[in-house]
Amino acid sequence: METLVYIALFAPFASSLFAALFGMSPKQTFVGIVASLLLFASFCASAMLAFHVWTTGAGIHVTMMDWISAGDLHIPFGFVVDQVSVTMMTVVTLVSTVVHVYSIGYMDHDKSFNRFFSYLSAFVFSMMILVMSDNFAGLFIGWEGVGVCSWLLIGFWYHKEDVSREENPSISPSWAANEAFIMNRIADLGMLIGLFILYWNVGSLQYDVVFAALPDLSGSVLNAAAIALFIGAMGKSAQFPLHTWLTDAMEGPTPVSALIHAATMVTAGVFLVIRANPLFSMTPEVSYFIAALGTFVAFFAASMALVNRDLKRIIAFSTLSQLGYMFAAAGLGAYWIALFHLAAHAFFKALLFLGAGNVMHAMHDELDIFKMGGLKKAMKWTYIYMGVASLALAGIPPFAGFFSKDAIIETAFNEGTLFLWVILVVTAGMTAFYSFRQVFLTFEGDERYKAFGIHPHEMYKYVLIAMSPLAILAVIAGFAQGTFEHFVTKLLPDYHMSEHTHHLSMMLGLIVLAFAVGGIVLAYRKYYKGLKRDKKLENSFTYKLLANQYYIPNLYEAIITKPYAMLSEMMWKDVDMKIVDATVDGIAKFLYKSGDASRKMQTGNLSNYLNWMAVGSVFLLVIAVISAMFV
Amino acid sequence: MIGLTHYLVISALIFSIGLMGVLRRRNLLMLFFATEVMLNAVNIAFAAISHYYNDLTGQMFAFFIIAIAASEVAVGLGILIVLYKKHGSLDLDDLANMKG
Amino acid sequence: MYETIAFYLFSALTIGLFLITVFSKNVLYAMTSLAAGMVLISGFFFILGADFLGVVQLIVYVGAIMALYSFAMMFFDSTKSIKEKNTNPALIFVLGGLSALSLVLMFAAPIYNESIQALYPMHEGVGNAQDVGIVLFTKYLIPFEVAAVMLLVAMISGIILAGKKMDQSLTKDTCVDDEILIKKDVK
Repeated sequence: METLVYIALFAPFASSLFAALFGMSPKQTFVGIVASLLLFASFCASAMLAFHVWTTGAGIHVTMMDWISAGDLHIPFGFVVDQVSVTMMTVVTLVSTVVHVYSIGYMDHDKSFNRFFSYLSAFVFSMMILVMSDNFAGLFIGWEGVGVCSWLLIGFWYHKEDVSREENPSISPSWAANEAFIMNRIADLGMLIGLFILYWNVGSLQYDVVFAALPDLSGSVLNAAAIALFIGAMGKSAQFPLHTWLTDAMEGPTPVSALIHAATMVTAGVFLVIRANPLFSMTPEVSYFIAALGTFVAFFAASMALVNRDLKRIIAFSTLSQLGYMFAAAGLGAYWIALFHLAAHAFFKALLFLGAGNVMHAMHDELDIFKMGGLKKAMKWTYIYMGVASLALAGIPPFAGFFSKDAIIETAFNEGTLFLWVILVVTAGMTAFYSFRQVFLTFEGDERYKAFGIHPHEMYKYVLIAMSPLAILAVIAGFAQGTFEHFVTKLLPDYHMSEHTHHLSMMLGLIVLAFAVGGIVLAYRKYYKGLKRDKKLENSFTYKLLANQYYIPNLYEAIITKPYAMLSEMMWKDVDMKIVDATVDGIAKFLYKSGDASRKMQTGNLSNYLNWMAVGSVFLLVIAVISAMFV
Repeated sequence: MIGLTHYLVISALIFSIGLMGVLRRRNLLMLFFATEVMLNAVNIAFAAISHYYNDLTGQMFAFFIIAIAASEVAVGLGILIVLYKKHGSLDLDDLANMKG
Repeated sequence: MYETIAFYLFSALTIGLFLITVFSKNVLYAMTSLAAGMVLISGFFFILGADFLGVVQLIVYVGAIMALYSFAMMFFDSTKSIKEKNTNPALIFVLGGLSALSLVLMFAAPIYNESIQALYPMHEGVGNAQDVGIVLFTKYLIPFEVAAVMLLVAMISGIILAGKKMDQSLTKDTCVDDEILIKKDVK
C-alpha cells in the first residue's frame, strides 16, 4: 500500500520533470501522452487506495523522511491517506488525467506545448502534497506550490500585451497572474499566522496532535487560529473580498481554468476547512461567519454572472458561487456535504470548462457569447456535454448537482438560518438562469458568428472521448450520496437532518427545483430564439453595476494599486535614486578618484618606491608604538 | 656604566642613518652601502641584547644576518654588473622604465 | 671606565663614518668609510664579549664583502663623483628621525618588562667561541645548513651573473633587447 501512496504522489512529479526536459524544445506530442499516462497511473493508484480505505475503513499513514528537525520543532514528510484525502486524491487525479488528455488536443497549435505539460503536472504534484500531507507545514508547502503553478499557468501566454480595462477586464495574462499571486500572498500571511498560533500553543503541526490538543486551548486562541486559517482559505478559494483574481485568472489556457480554477486548487480552501473541522466545530462564531460569507459570495457571484458576456467568466463566477455554497455547508457544520459538493462540482465544472474550451477552440479564441449562437449544428457533442454540465450545475435531478446542492440548502433550513436558506434558494434560481443563458446564447438561435467570418468545427474525437468520464460522473455522481456519506463520515462528523426537516425535505427540494426550473424557463424564453438586446436594460444602473463587477476592481485600483504605485514611485525617485544610488555612486566615484590620484605614485622609479615604503613602515612603527603605549 | 639602552640607542641611530641613505641615494651602489649600514645596526642590537641577557640567541641571529648579507652582496653585485653593462649607469632615475 | 670611553669613542666614530658613507658623493670615500665603520662595529662586539661574532664581522664584512665591493667597483667608473638628484632632505630627516625614535621606544619597551628569560644561556668558564659552536651545531643546525646552501647558491649566481658571457642576456631574448635599444636611440 505504501508503494501505491508514493506512486499516486510522485507520478505527477515524474511527469513534470519529464516534460520539463523538453520544456524549451518544439512541440512533441509524446510528451503529452507520457504525462497523461503518468497521471493515469496516479489516478489508478488513488482509486486503488480509495478502494482499500473503503474496504478496510482505516487510513494509511506513511512517513517518508524527516524534513525539519530543529530544537523542539519536528516536522516529518508524512502523508496520510484517509477518507477525506483519498476523496480529494481521486477527484484531483481523475480531473487532471482528463485535462491532460484534453490539453493534448487543445494546446495542439501552441508552441509551448511541452512547457504547458510540465507546469500542469507540477501543479498536480503540489495539489497531491496539499491534500495528502499529514501536517500543516506540508499542507502549506503544497498550498504555495499550487500558488506558484497557478501563477505560471495563468501567465502562460505572458507575451500578450497589457490592454485597458475597458477592452479586457483582466488587462493581460501576466497582469492577471500577478494579481492572483499577490492576492494569495495576502491570504497566505493569514494562513501562516494561523499556523504560528497553532504551533505556539500546541507545539506541533501534525494534524492528529493539534486536534487532540484543541480542547485544552482557550476560546480566544481557537478563534484567532480559526480566523487566521480561514483568511488563508479565503484567498485560495477566492472569497470576498479577495475574489477578483479568480475571474481574471481566466486569462490562462482553458484546461488550466478547468483544472485549477474550477475543480481543484480553488477548492483547497474548502478542503482546509474540512480538514481542520475539529477546530472550526469548536468555534461556532467563526463557523457561522464562514457560512454567512459563503452564502453572500454565492449570491454576489451569481448576480455578476447574470449579465456577463464572456463565456469563461460566466463559468468562473459560477465557480465562485459554488465555492460559496461549499463554505456555507462547511460553516454550518455539514462537512461531508461540503466535501460531496466539492467532488460533484469538480466533475461538472471541469466538464463545463472543457466544453467552453471546445467552443473557444472552434471560435478561434472568441469568448463573447453575444457573438456566438447556433453552434449546436457544428458541435453536437460539445452541446450535449455542456448541456449536461449546466443541468448538473443548475441542480436538476437526477444530475449530480441536484443532490449536493439540495443537501446544502436543506442544511441551511435545518440549522434554522432561514435568511441564508432564502438567499441560497434564490441563488439556485439565478444559477439555473445564467447557466442556460450561456448555453442557449452559445448553441441555440441565430448564427451570429457568421458575421465575423468564423467557421466553427468540432473538437478532436479523442478529446471528446476523454471528456466522457466527467460527463458520466456529472450525471451519476449524485446517486452515490448515501454511500459517500457512509464512507467519509467515518472520519468527518456525521450530519443528519432533524425529524422536522426530514418531513419537509420533499417540499424543500421542490421549492429549490421550482426556482431552478424557473430560471431555466426564463433563460429559454429570453434567449432560445436568439439574442434580442434590450438597450434600456443594458443602460440601467443595476446592469452596469453587475457588468462591471460592482466596480470592485476599479475600487481596488483606485484605493490600493494607485496609491501604492505613487508611493513606490516616490520611494524610487526620492529614496532610491537620491540616497541609495547616490551613496553607491559616491563610493564608486571615490574609488575612481583615489585610483586616479594614487596612479601618480607609480613612477617606475625604484627610489620613489623606497620612499613610499619607508613612509609606510614608519607609519606602521608609529602606530605600533602608540598602540603599545596605550595597551 | 654603559647599559643596554646605550647600545640600543646607538643601534637605532645607525639604523636611521642607513634608512636616510636608502631614502636619499639614487645610485644603486650607494644604496647597497646604506643597506649594509642598516644590517650592521641591527647586529649591534642583537649582540648587545645577547650580552645583557646572557643569551646566545642574539648572537646566532647576528651570524645568520651576516650570512644573508654576504649572499645579498654576491647576488646584488652580480646584478649591478649586468645592469651597468646594459645601461651604462647605476642611477635609478635612468633605470626608471616601468612607469605606470 | 675603559669600556665607557671605548663605547663613546666607537659610537662617535661609527656615526661619523656612516654619515660619510651615506652623504658622500665619492664612491671611494663612501666605501672606505663603510669599511672603517664596520671595523669599529666589530669593536663593539668585542666590548660586548661576543668575540667570535667580532671575528666573523672582521673576516666576512671587512674582508670578504668589502673585497667584493672593491672588485665590483673596478667594473664601474668610480673615480668621478656621483651626480644624483637627491630626495627632499626634509622628508628624509623626518622619516629617519621618526623611525629612530619609534625604534628606540620599541626596543626599550620589552626591556623594562622583566619577563624576559634566557633561552640558551651562556656558560660560565667556557669561551665564547666554544659556546657559540655548541649552540650553533645543536639547536641551530638546520638553519646553519640552510645558510650554507644559501651561500653556495649566492656564490654560483654571482659567478654566473658576473661571468664571462655577459654580452649575452640571461633573461631576455637578445633580439628583443636590440629592438629596445634601437627604439631608445630613435627617441
